Amino acid sequence: MRDFLNSSSVWGAVVTIAVFALGSFLHKKTKAAWCNPLFLGSIFVIVLLSVLKIPYQDYKQSASALTYLLFPATVSLAVPLYEQWELLKKNLLAILAGIGTGVFTSIGSILLLAWGFRLDRACAVSLLPKSVTTAIGADVAVELGGIAALTTAVIILTGIVGNLLAVSLCRVLGITNPIAKGVAIGTASHAIGTSKALEIGQIEGAMSSLSIAVAGILTAILCPMAAGLLR
Amino acid sequence: MKYLFQFLRILVFCLLGELLHFYVPLPIPASIYGLVLLLLALKAGIVKLHQVKETANFLTGIFTLLFIPGAAGVMELWDLLEANWLPLLIALVPVTFLVFGVSGRVTQWIAGRKRHA
Repeated sequence: MRDFLNSSSVWGAVVTIAVFALGSFLHKKTKAAWCNPLFLGSIFVIVLLSVLKIPYQDYKQSASALTYLLFPATVSLAVPLYEQWELLKKNLLAILAGIGTGVFTSIGSILLLAWGFRLDRACAVSLLPKSVTTAIGADVAVELGGIAALTTAVIILTGIVGNLLAVSLCRVLGITNPIAKGVAIGTASHAIGTSKALEIGQIEGAMSSLSIAVAGILTAILCPMAAGLLR
Repeated sequence: MKYLFQFLRILVFCLLGELLHFYVPLPIPASIYGLVLLLLALKAGIVKLHQVKETANFLTGIFTLLFIPGAAGVMELWDLLEANWLPLLIALVPVTFLVFGVSGRVTQWIAGRKRHA
């Protein structure tokens, strides 16, 4: 079995698409928030690898055809943004204000958390960029003396929390405007949340895509200053 | 061939993004540069919507799927997460809710809740 898996270059992609399809099917059937294709799919993969004692790196290697597409897929977010350009222009102030206050809230909360729990500097710095896309967050954290693996894990988990709870949070917090929904999802949970926003609607998807870029860049600018406030 | 050329155009913007990321000393990833450049090219009419649309829609349509391999990678990091589980849990759940609420409510407050609701 191990020998076969080592020689196969596609099993990881097959497993990933299969668990995603299964997750989507369960989501459609049950309509429950926790029956989320990303959440369930990732858990299925983890269980499968653990039970069959397959190293994660082997799986990652054979699923690399899919991860490769993340880059062109992120660039493709320009299309929904372009299609919502007028709406974006008309609401630019509201959108930028929402993203800006969100980024300040995120960094401020992590600073308070770091002081409250007397976190060591490396750990605190690793948490600072937790709401932005891994490509920006991991670089920022490493630059400031954080731990790349910890930042990556926290960013992914934050994304899953946003993806999983986006719809419920909008309902509970009374966020009904699609522009506001998109900004909230993208600012709080970057690209992983955005994949959910794209499922909710075109406007939500476009605003969430924009928020990834703006929140990401703003966080990269503010994190070094915030790190200066840590011990 | 249509889809192949659409994919080619998107990859060219990926390449341009990589180029900027390589030569400009800012902490902005290649994907964000590529996104912004493609948006500008669409706005300027250098690239027409129909020249990228179907392939771009396909790629954004499978966005969720593409995160599964990375998300499963958390399984290798349990030990790291366990060491500081309480502050991490607070950072993950209440802080994410707070950021979500603040950015959403501020946007809605300024944009008005009725429009497009």
